[in-house]
Amino acid sequence: MSLFEPFEFPFIVRGLAAATLVGGLCGLIGVYIVLRRMAYIGHGLSHAVLGGAVTSYVMSFNFYAGATVWGFLCAQLIALTTRKRKIGADAAIGVITTASFAVGIVLISRYKSFTRDFDAALFGNILGVTGGDLVAISVVTAAAALILFIGYKHFLFATFDVEAARFYGVPTGWIETLFSLVLAGTIVVSMQVLGVLLIAGATVIPPIVARLLSDSFKNVVLLSTAIGAVCGFVGIYVSYYVDISSGATVVLVEAALFTLVMAYVNLRGQLSLAVRQRAATSPDAGGPGTVD
Amino acid sequence: MLHPLPHHRDQGEAIVRLQDVSCGYGKQEVLSGVSLDIMPGDFVGLLGPSGSGKTTLLRTVLGAVDVYRGQVLVEGTSTGRRRPKVGYVPQLETIDWNFPVTVREAVMMGRTMDNRFLPWYRRQDRMLADEMMERLGISHLAPRHIRELSGGQQQRVFLARALVSGPRILLLDEPTSGVDMKTRDDVMHLLHEINHQGITIIMTTHEINAVAVHLPWVICMNGKVLAEGPPSSVITSETLKRTYGAEMPVIHYRGMTLVAESPHSFTRISEPPSGADVGADGEPEPEKEVELV
Repeated sequence: MSLFEPFEFPFIVRGLAAATLVGGLCGLIGVYIVLRRMAYIGHGLSHAVLGGAVTSYVMSFNFYAGATVWGFLCAQLIALTTRKRKIGADAAIGVITTASFAVGIVLISRYKSFTRDFDAALFGNILGVTGGDLVAISVVTAAAALILFIGYKHFLFATFDVEAARFYGVPTGWIETLFSLVLAGTIVVSMQVLGVLLIAGATVIPPIVARLLSDSFKNVVLLSTAIGAVCGFVGIYVSYYVDISSGATVVLVEAALFTLVMAYVNLRGQLSLAVRQRAATSPDAGGPGTVD
Repeated sequence: MLHPLPHHRDQGEAIVRLQDVSCGYGKQEVLSGVSLDIMPGDFVGLLGPSGSGKTTLLRTVLGAVDVYRGQVLVEGTSTGRRRPKVGYVPQLETIDWNFPVTVREAVMMGRTMDNRFLPWYRRQDRMLADEMMERLGISHLAPRHIRELSGGQQQRVFLARALVSGPRILLLDEPTSGVDMKTRDDVMHLLHEINHQGITIIMTTHEINAVAVHLPWVICMNGKVLAEGPPSSVITSETLKRTYGAEMPVIHYRGMTLVAESPHSFTRISEPPSGADVGADGEPEPEKEVELV
């Protein structure tokens, strides 16, 4: 068994490419999700998109277009409901996304033919990634990266302080709409690789790890994208040898990295404290150890 | 007055004009029948209890409230037609201090809309931000995270963000809340410097004494404007009672107008400071017992 053995199989190469792109995309979008404190909406939307996916299937509509539009509409509906103020964002997400998920389940139970794909939608199926899927993933990744690059300053300001951004003339309404669209697209193309149950992990863990390592927004964006991409690649590569679920492996690799980085940051903090304490008590510092 | 030069108040066209404005949020009216003229170069403090509409008045100038009646003009243009270009400094309490952003990144946000179609900041934007940080004494903090700064330094960061956008009007929401007295004085000195460079400043605050000592113009409000003018004429026991609904002894001491903390029990003022006249509106009063009702 050689280290390059997985690359001999075209479906594994497609899977590795898809996981790397999806990992990077989730890491990139995840920065904005986490910093807007929207982790729950990401998790909810990934469930809601299932309704769109099954509806598209039943209506013989293009899966990517149908599910993306469905996810986008769910995000807009959540925003609209939240604006009424009497209903909190968490409650609105709970109602809309679970209702949408329930639509998916009802349609699956009514049209039995979707049952085989249901497992893939829930848990991901990297081996089932086709050339068409890879093209769709590449297009969404490129579009999301382009939108977030061109609107970098606007997205930064609106994410940091949406009210002040509005006062400074940033078109926050457009930013919200664009972000909902990018988020819905990301979730749809990530379904095949990670599954709706694991997308939340891939969007939340990389930005948190990046945040532990940097205080600069630009660095957090770059680091989170890189961490997501590398973990996506490593997760699929490892799952080939260990023969376990691909989506779960990607998320577990990210969780392991989070644990390592957390331990490193804590250790670094303790060492830094010890050095400061030693410096404070050394004779040169004039601390308690000083002898006149 | 903190600044060596006297405050200059332009005459002529008001830079901010509210004409019989009633406004609020949705169906909730917060301000009613407010008419105000703020002149170019003014340095105005908004005083009033919590919920009196101070922040709403700032938001009215920013064009961010529902106006039910009247007209709001900023630099001659209705806020309903065009969002005014003003610098805004939010309350520090509203900032997410765990957000990964350095001092430089926070200051650069003020240049976001000046070249809106470029994804990156231009060289002149970065130079402007560097100059502003230098002017406000925070240039050495540029690569640091905003949470690592003191209260005064944090206030300067958001002042710098507002100033790099090149505003003629600066709005500050409680810029001295939660900071110590020295930092408060530093911030007020800085605001005076900025005001003397021709920028009109409107700020909300709960610190009556800071306003009385430092600001040339005060507006007392509680759902509507109750009084406006120089602190010496506006800050009286009667106006404060109308504004806050509480008795507040006003002391005139060595040319300063001071508002005493209201005691919760009988207190005997045995030896007033030399030259102090205790009583409403500066009337000299003999030694007496003060009772808070």
